Amino acid sequence: MVVELFLDLLSQPCRALFIFAKKNNIPFEFKHVELIKGQHLSEEFGKVNVLKKVPALKDGTFTLAESIAILLYLSRKFNTPDHWYPSDLRKRARVDEYLSWQHTAIREKGCRIFFTKVLMPLAVGQPFSPDKLEEAVKEMNFTLVQFEEKFLQDKPFIVGSEISLADLVAIVELMQPVASGCDIFADRPKLAAWRSRVEEAVGKELFQEAHKQVLNAKSLGSMQLSSELKEHLKQILKP
Amino acid sequence: MLTGRMALELYLDLISPPCRAVYIFAKKNNICFEFKPVELFKGQQHTEEFAKVNILKKVPVLKDGVFTLAESTAILLYLSRKYNTPDHWYSSDLQKRARVDEYLSWHHNSFRRIAPKTLWIKVLIPLFTGQAAPPEKLQEVIDELAASLVQFEEKFLQDKPFIMGSEISLADLMAVVELMQPVGVGCHIFADRPKLAAWRSRVEEAVGKELFQEAHEQILNIKELSSIEVEPKLKELLAPTLMKMLK
Repeated sequence: MVVELFLDLLSQPCRALFIFAKKNNIPFEFKHVELIKGQHLSEEFGKVNVLKKVPALKDGTFTLAESIAILLYLSRKFNTPDHWYPSDLRKRARVDEYLSWQHTAIREKGCRIFFTKVLMPLAVGQPFSPDKLEEAVKEMNFTLVQFEEKFLQDKPFIVGSEISLADLVAIVELMQPVASGCDIFADRPKLAAWRSRVEEAVGKELFQEAHKQVLNAKSLGSMQLSSELKEHLKQILKP
Repeated sequence: MLTGRMALELYLDLISPPCRAVYIFAKKNNICFEFKPVELFKGQQHTEEFAKVNILKKVPVLKDGVFTLAESTAILLYLSRKYNTPDHWYSSDLQKRARVDEYLSWHHNSFRRIAPKTLWIKVLIPLFTGQAAPPEKLQEVIDELAASLVQFEEKFLQDKPFIMGSEISLADLMAVVELMQPVGVGCHIFADRPKLAAWRSRVEEAVGKELFQEAHEQILNIKELSSIEVEPKLKELLAPTLMKMLK
């Protein structure tokens, strides 16, 4: 039985998984859970993941939520190349350190920009709030300074000379503001150079494929959210 | 021949839940370390000196020779590997380990994000502004926490003794220390949740009651804080975060 990955490539953590599985030739069945149709909120999907979020994994009777947990599970089960999650104690710790920090840093701030600029307007049928966007961008800027100072520094990749799960998880999150029209790489040459290296290491074609949907600005702006999703968003985003 | 070996240093303040997790784990597993206190209420995490240890200006931090490491999850995993702690903390079984990873990931945006707000609202805001926070703010936080607790019981704990199954793991440790924060400030979240309370007892037992009490002494006596003098500089630093909370 092939592993099932429940994904929507609009979601950053789903892209990390998609890229990781494809790059490592891990056979899987792509189970599309369309977020804009609110399919993640269905009872059926709730049986796969009671938290009603993507991504989710189903390996036989074993189900697993949380992209970080899924990435680690796949790396172990399929014995992926060491550089993804180095066996060296300290290098591995550096990956763990980033994967932990990013939840409330890069991931949170990137999501906030996307919610403010793209999702909220679609949910409430009004243009985005420039003040709120400015605040969100300010917070992202601060986080990016921390990213460059603490995690990237002058190394080619977060852990050193090779790409790891840390870079993969970081890059997909940083593409969300880009997709929202906030090009955070524009005036950050060091970050942009790191992005190129990550794209190269992943494979440009695969990277493009994973990001095709979210980078289609036109279609993003005209997404038809289901009414259930709109209500759900209004509740959790608190405009 | 004696080689000059630098002791493992752990920069901690036991007011902070992740620091308690690291402290309990190290002590429980007889890992020798030097306790380097970083007093959060004195703003010591904002000093230039501490920034050299952790540029993110947060605790806990580990320093092992020249190697410094932030983030409690990373520290716990590092210690478990370096010191070969008993398997149940981070099971070598693929699926059991995945369950621990799953909890540790979810934790950040649930308990870790919400539980500390109880301290802010009940202790820090009154301390720093001289006024009680609006009661509806506390209710908001309690409601948020309640929703998280439902998810925790439904998804992570279910009817098992511990998150992973029959034995305590890093997941239970990270969860319990976070949930002690509301308890410390008088939000009795275990009071009307028997399943959760039973789990907490088991975790305390597995950790060792004495060690658990020791780690939680400060937070459980946090009310005594209300009599301390807060440095004006610290008030200035924390004001923006406080204001955000009151919005």
